[in-house]
Amino acid sequence: MKQIYLDNNATTCVDEKVLEAMLPYLKENYANPSSMYEPARISARAIEKSRSQVADFLGVEDSKQIIFTSCGTEGANTAIKGVVAQFADKEKSNLIASRVEHPCVLSVYESLEKKGYKTNYVGVDENGDIDINSLISKVNEDTILVSIMHANNETGAIYPVKEIAKEVKKINKDTKIFVDGVQAAGKIPINLDDSEIDFYSISGHKFHAPKGIGALYIKKGTLFEPFMLGGHQENSLRAGTLNTPYIVGLGEAAKLAKEALSFELSEVKRLRDKLEDGILSQLQNAKLNSKAKNRVPNTTNIGFEYIEGELILLYLNELGIYASSGSACTSGSLDPSHVLRAQKVPFTSLHGSIRFSLSRFTTEEEIDYTIKHVPEVIKKLAKISPFQKELNELGL
Amino acid sequence: MWEYSDKVKEHFTNPKNVGSIENADAIGEAGALSCGDKLKLYLKIDGNIITDAKFQTFGCGSAVAASSVLTVMLIGKTLDEARKITNRQIAQELDGLPPEKMHCSVMGREALEDALKKYYQEDWEDLEEEVEAGSQIICHCFGVSEKQIIDAILNNGAKTFDDISKITSAGLACGRCRENIKTIISRYIKQEEKQVLTPVQKIIKINSIIETVISPELQKDFGDIELINVEGNNVYVRLKGHCSQCANAKMTLKNFVEVKLKELVDDDIVVFEEK
Repeated sequence: MKQIYLDNNATTCVDEKVLEAMLPYLKENYANPSSMYEPARISARAIEKSRSQVADFLGVEDSKQIIFTSCGTEGANTAIKGVVAQFADKEKSNLIASRVEHPCVLSVYESLEKKGYKTNYVGVDENGDIDINSLISKVNEDTILVSIMHANNETGAIYPVKEIAKEVKKINKDTKIFVDGVQAAGKIPINLDDSEIDFYSISGHKFHAPKGIGALYIKKGTLFEPFMLGGHQENSLRAGTLNTPYIVGLGEAAKLAKEALSFELSEVKRLRDKLEDGILSQLQNAKLNSKAKNRVPNTTNIGFEYIEGELILLYLNELGIYASSGSACTSGSLDPSHVLRAQKVPFTSLHGSIRFSLSRFTTEEEIDYTIKHVPEVIKKLAKISPFQKELNELGL
Repeated sequence: MWEYSDKVKEHFTNPKNVGSIENADAIGEAGALSCGDKLKLYLKIDGNIITDAKFQTFGCGSAVAASSVLTVMLIGKTLDEARKITNRQIAQELDGLPPEKMHCSVMGREALEDALKKYYQEDWEDLEEEVEAGSQIICHCFGVSEKQIIDAILNNGAKTFDDISKITSAGLACGRCRENIKTIISRYIKQEEKQVLTPVQKIIKINSIIETVISPELQKDFGDIELINVEGNNVYVRLKGHCSQCANAKMTLKNFVEVKLKELVDDDIVVFEEK
């Protein structure tokens, strides 16, 4: 059976070249880079090379501003908790985030609320765009942190993080800006030197490195309390034995992603648009959820009215098409996607929302196969739905 | 990815009895579009026998499977047999459902009950509860009984709905039992707090808290405290050492001594200073 992987925002396949680059460090070059003998120097050099590759990928000249982490979630926890730990006065704190952040940000905010910190959230409009004026109006002298993602994992919406950082700092220059860049890395250009962003987190497995490795950019001179305490690795900013093979993999993946960026912005985008148009034009009950002004090139999120998302995924799975859904049933909780609810997607299509996310390895043939089969599945499932009258009116 | 049984997979891939019945004798509904689950169940009834059953479901794989298997179970059954079908039997018929998906079987049971109620109209009588006290199921999704919830409160120290969920899984799926669980908690937590102390027990408890909790804190600032008298909920104390001359003594009394005693002994306690 065909296997068409259209869930690249969940994770990606490891690029062969990345694996090859890693292997020597899983075999002969196993020395701890912190040690004092010659083989350790090989590991240490490999790590510094990777650090430069990641810095280059993020548009950062001075690679000392990059530390390696285990994943995007660690980056978010490090930045948010690390900044907050600098402020003793909970009553006067003001932490801002968007309502559509990833749980790795929202859960940390919730836990801080329970400890007495004050938080403020900013919503999105019906297209999924952030209301910058509303965000800026919440910034005051007590604002210690603004957390905002660069691109949304569910809809692919790009948020103007540079502009937000600039406007926030105009009002309060001491406010720190954390950007979750996990879904932007490898999909759109990033140039942190040319920004006022203080923290930027990425995760390797979203751009063809393995799971379990990420990086956090910390602007030079930014005060924060390290999250992982222990040895002196990473200038004591992140303790723990350096994961040499995975760090090497991350560096290689960053290099390859940078090289592939123009392909991503042209060819991947073309296939994504073809898929999106192909589905929307064939089905009247298909509504586009990815409507933001700017969007990463690989993602589309489509809601199918009166049909439940998990059921769609199960039927697509039978055809070897792998996608994901923001429906309540797939998450294990009762709540459907907080992102789609924030942009007020109506209940009719909210529970039937499916995200397709491509990669540079997605082929035209795979997209054609998907365009052919998605409408078939939807038509089949429409027959099971209790909303026959409504579906009939939509030609199903 | 859920671990669905082969039977669940079979029933959502090739659901049986999909559709509606024209001139159905009873139609039952459960769920709502906004919740992400809706089931419509159609029954054809001849005398006392369900001769046909069909369904239409908006929901996940297990919701479709539960609906489908329910119709199979119903056809040929008498009305009395049908009304005794429980959600757990529906799940068993599917060789089990993942715990988070048990609410799909509950929805099947609810649609069936709704259909039968409409069919019987004023003749409908709820089945008599034949369960022993405490063993009635509070969370149907996970089959958690009242007893288990009480046990979590009394023996595992659960104080909130979240605590109960962590210990028993109750309320983690559809969440409809949330309010019932909160009621149970309030019943027990209150009882524990309102444990009525005799006047002597109360004085002993107050004195012990002053000696073990409050006094050590004041000693850190070179002060101390002594219990002089207790009249009902009025507690008379004398501040000693640095505390006795401290300008903030009143603050200490109200914000620390009284707060601690309220928290640990009785909400109605008022603290007075004996000079």
